[in-house]
Amino acid sequence: MAAPTPTTPRRRWGSTLAGLLVLCVMLFPLYWMLNTALQPESGLLQVDPVPDGLDLSGFSKAVSDQGGHLLTSLLVSLGAVAICLLIAAPAAYGLARFGLRGSHGIVFGTLITQMVPGIVIANALYNSYVDLGLVNSYFGLMLADASLGIPFSIVLMRSFMVSIPGEVIEAAELDGAGPVRTFVRVVLPMSRNSLITSGLFAFLFSWSDFMFALTLNTTDDVKPITLGIYQYIGAHVGDWGSVMAASVLSAVPAAILLVLAQKYIAAGITGGSVK
Amino acid sequence: MTTSTATAPAPAATATAVRAPGPGRLRRRLAQWGFVAPAVVFMLLFFGYPLVRNVVMSFQHYTPKTFFTGEAPFNGTDNWAGVFQDALFGKALWHTLVFTAGSLLGQFCIGLALAVFFNRRFPLSGALRSLILLPWLVPMVVSGIVWRRILDQDTGVLNSFLDTVGLAGHTPWLTSPDLALLSVVLVNIWIGIPFNMVILYGGLQEIPKELYEAASLDGASAWRTFRSLTLPLLKPVITVVLVLGFMSTVKILDLILALTDGGPADATQTLGTLTYQNSFVQLDFGAGAVVGNVLILISAVFAVFYLRANRTEGK
Repeated sequence: MAAPTPTTPRRRWGSTLAGLLVLCVMLFPLYWMLNTALQPESGLLQVDPVPDGLDLSGFSKAVSDQGGHLLTSLLVSLGAVAICLLIAAPAAYGLARFGLRGSHGIVFGTLITQMVPGIVIANALYNSYVDLGLVNSYFGLMLADASLGIPFSIVLMRSFMVSIPGEVIEAAELDGAGPVRTFVRVVLPMSRNSLITSGLFAFLFSWSDFMFALTLNTTDDVKPITLGIYQYIGAHVGDWGSVMAASVLSAVPAAILLVLAQKYIAAGITGGSVK
Repeated sequence: MTTSTATAPAPAATATAVRAPGPGRLRRRLAQWGFVAPAVVFMLLFFGYPLVRNVVMSFQHYTPKTFFTGEAPFNGTDNWAGVFQDALFGKALWHTLVFTAGSLLGQFCIGLALAVFFNRRFPLSGALRSLILLPWLVPMVVSGIVWRRILDQDTGVLNSFLDTVGLAGHTPWLTSPDLALLSVVLVNIWIGIPFNMVILYGGLQEIPKELYEAASLDGASAWRTFRSLTLPLLKPVITVVLVLGFMSTVKILDLILALTDGGPADATQTLGTLTYQNSFVQLDFGAGAVVGNVLILISAVFAVFYLRANRTEGK
């Protein structure tokens, strides 16, 4: 069915209908999450297919129980994005431009890092974090979460920066700009799109992180929303309404980003993995 | 300004640098390394070091007391022997295999079907295609918890639906040791479909439309066109999507912890969850490191596939 055959408008709308059906099946669990969140009274009982009214008590309970964890997630993720871009953007430029000895080895290493299982990293990292006093710290978790985005960002931005015309950079250098100035004034503005895509993914990776949150924290001091919800179901078995409300809240950034930054997301998924 | 021709490949650039030495040139090189060095140091600390440390740890004896005393004496191959003699390791290895193979098969086939479906232009295809991404963007641990509610034996919506249509209701999806692994695989297929679809769709878009016109002029059937035109041309992308899928699936932890915590009766324990259990629940980091090393070894074998695929892709 791959061949685009000339079709009548009626058949094309048939495809739309089929596509809608697929979408409904794929998004059903997310609908059910919202639906359950709006029926906080259901507790451990069966949930009605459609909420009766707009009962937001599950949400207000979720906000009072989990609001702090959402803020923690936001703070940690923004920190991780900052660390990630600060480290990855110059590296991407250096690897794309300077023809340094060993550049190829470094790019190769970046690809390799994407294959190291996170739990293996956590296993060793926890012990070092204990020695360094980074367990249960915001900065420690930001650093670990930044590691989720750095290799991806280097690969993505490098493949973009390679395509910046050499003349543009030479012109800046002839004007007397040093490498740092050229990078900040010329290269970064031109790489805006790949910067946004990298930052977006670094944010999503960090926001979704559960493993580092689980392993690098032993107290309640630094608890992102993913860990908060996970421990919530342990403690509130009968209270599915507010668990689901918290889940809805945790999915909001993803939904917003998908609507606002759809083209960057599509570019990131293909660019970061295939190139 | 010889080095300003920075687009030249690495060997040429270093050759000019050697020919014209001088303090200015050296300073320039150092400044250039300044761009790359932080990333190199970071990756050595967060990827290189854990790899080495895990190997060392697998020969050390960790106990809950280690974190007070700081003592983890070397104990030869005790950890390795202990892990390999434990029946749970073999089980976890098998579960990992089934989980990975089952997930990849389902994600890939459905993802490919959807990619082909969306490759035909129809009204709203773009909007529908991007909305399907949503499940992939929700934190995995959250998806797991939502599914845990859906699959609940007594009050989950799946069983009430099956009841209504007269199929076997009251199925213990997550609480029966015989079914739990299958359920976890099904949920992970749902999670992976969007990713597979997007990458394969990207690959399909790269195939020139003229080829299809030529095929239809030759009177090739749709199935034949798919088999002898689409599939071969899509092969590099297929390899990449499968290898990337493998590497992210084999190490999965979030989803299983959220759905079953490795249970019931260790029926969904994989190498990833076993590493976690050993290290962070029983605080036997030596045993955790052994399982982790096995996981790395498996990933490394597939890393070779990945790099070969990448190379053919690049050329």
